[in-house]
Amino acid sequence: MKAFTVLTSTFVPLPVENIDTDQIIPARFLKATTKEGFGKNLFRDWRYVNNDEAKPKPDFVLNQPQYRGEILVAGKNFGCGSSREHAAWSILDYGFRAVVSSFFADIFKNNALNNGVLPVQVSDEFLAEIFKQPNDSTLTIDLEKQTISIDGTAKKEYFEINEYKKTCLLNGYDDIDFLLSIKDDIVQYEEARK
Amino acid sequence: MSKTLFDKIWDRHVVKTIPNGPSVLYIDKHFIHEVTSPQAFRGIENRGVSVFRPKQVVATADHNVPTINQHLPIRDELSRHQVSKLAENCANHNIELYGLGHPFQGIVHVIGPELGITQPGMTIVCGDSHTSTHGAFGSIAFGIGTSEVEMVFASQCLLQSKPKQMRINIDGKLGRGVVSKDIILYIISKISASGATGYFVEYAGSAIRELSMEARMTICNMSIEMGARGGMIAPDETTFNYMKGRLFAPKGDEWERKVAEWKKLCTDDYAKFDTELNIKAADIEPMITYGTNPGLGIPIVGAIPQTEAIPDENERRNLLKALEYMGLQPGRKLLGMPVQHIFIGSCTNSRIEDLRMVAGIVKGRKKSSDVEVMIVPGSQQVAEQVRKEGLDRIFEEAGFEIRQAGCSACLGMNEDKIPAGHYCISTSNRNFEGRQGAGARTLLASPLTAAASAITGVVTDVRELTKEI
Ligand code: SF4
Repeated sequence: MKAFTVLTSTFVPLPVENIDTDQIIPARFLKATTKEGFGKNLFRDWRYVNNDEAKPKPDFVLNQPQYRGEILVAGKNFGCGSSREHAAWSILDYGFRAVVSSFFADIFKNNALNNGVLPVQVSDEFLAEIFKQPNDSTLTIDLEKQTISIDGTAKKEYFEINEYKKTCLLNGYDDIDFLLSIKDDIVQYEEARK
Repeated sequence: MSKTLFDKIWDRHVVKTIPNGPSVLYIDKHFIHEVTSPQAFRGIENRGVSVFRPKQVVATADHNVPTINQHLPIRDELSRHQVSKLAENCANHNIELYGLGHPFQGIVHVIGPELGITQPGMTIVCGDSHTSTHGAFGSIAFGIGTSEVEMVFASQCLLQSKPKQMRINIDGKLGRGVVSKDIILYIISKISASGATGYFVEYAGSAIRELSMEARMTICNMSIEMGARGGMIAPDETTFNYMKGRLFAPKGDEWERKVAEWKKLCTDDYAKFDTELNIKAADIEPMITYGTNPGLGIPIVGAIPQTEAIPDENERRNLLKALEYMGLQPGRKLLGMPVQHIFIGSCTNSRIEDLRMVAGIVKGRKKSSDVEVMIVPGSQQVAEQVRKEGLDRIFEEAGFEIRQAGCSACLGMNEDKIPAGHYCISTSNRNFEGRQGAGARTLLASPLTAAASAITGVVTDVRELTKEI
């Protein structure tokens, strides 16, 4: 997993609430047996007319060249619905390192963290503020300090992250490394329960 | 100290707790299927570790399997590859697989309970959000992502922070034509599709106690649709009667010992919940959804809300967007609206009781010529039972098409899709945009409502169609 420390980037605004994982990556793309290559199908049905790559929908933000960046900013309750981790893989594979929203569905949040994509939960007001910014403005996310700021303004907010997950992300190691390191405890627990 | 049902099971499964961090939670049972497991197998192989406790893992193929001609090779190349990859991975890692062609194959949340694998007091996970279904037995059961599948493969444990707890009490008697699907659609319509995010929910109250196991599963199944991590119901005689004699349920003295243990699995009298909700069973009517998340539901006799009534601008915009997709307008009623498809299936409503309910309505009747009706049993065993009881003849005479077990049009990953623009009354659990096929318009409802509407070809109140229920 790639470590995450400080990220400054322009952002892609998607002010839609309740974006579910079926929209992020439709079920028909779940037939793969590897984690790579999902980026081109991110928001597939919102991106193209009749699923035709030759016909991008011009009003969808990923088809608008003025919006670029490593941060996706989305409406409230992002990532609800199916537990498919493919949603996090497609976001990462497309090139996003962070998603900002005023609310995240639980499983998505975990899946994102497990893949080095940082979910940043901000207040409704702060989210509205970001959506008001011009398309060339940048955001800075500082994981160590747990802050997100709209660069060039005084607007800054603190965000919550589980202490353990934060350490993992800062160092680029994951839960499995940790669990493998405590195998003896697990075996002892099993013995004690018998 | 008074404990909740959740606390009792959770505490017993904590291996250790990381200071200021999550707990290491031991997992008793791990169900896997073809869609969310291949990357996890690859992950542990890349790390050079093997599956730690293969005997605690059970596999089936369900999401991506065809529901006709299951004896033939799968036509779609990617699906075939994914299903054969599962077989290969299970063989390499000594995992029991109930794959295509096996008499136990079926939707993972249908087969676990019917085989007696799902038991009270367990921790159960699966790379699928509707794992909450298994909570109906008084277990902590929740869906996980593929990285977490990999964690459980590697260590039989997960890192989890303890969720908040909510209790939903439903008391009193249900009205005529109202079944457990209506209870859960009602709850979600009241608290919204995100109303229980961060919570684990316990369902309690006299109306819940009176439900059969299969009806309880329908409720726990859809906990995730209000954002909850999972849902659970304390085990009781109904639970034990359902489990007794099932293939993997304990036997003889072991059974007696287990039942005595399971009887202690209940929330203590003074235990505290972070949130508590009380619902009168009599307030619930047959429900149907009109929008693109399961929270957008109304009583079947009701009307779609007027948008002016919604103060929040964002919410108003979301509703209009949903209605545009659905081809519906604020204020209109759904009753009497023509539909083109009926889908009876999915881990929410594809068990034998659901299909008996449907048969009870359609017996001696024929479907409307304007609708196509697909009925997909949740498992091979359910399909077998359908044949034994002669329900298949009732369905055939009514003009329903009976398919073979799988997830089917619940998520439209195989060929079973609803065409764009068509309306489908579905007994499944999600009405998201494109869920049943690009452009498909899903109306979620109970098996009774689906059956009644199949006969008339329009959205129908089952209470109007028949006085027999
Ligand atoms: S039936 Fe539908 S909801 Fe249930 S496991 Fe299959 S795809 Fe998921």
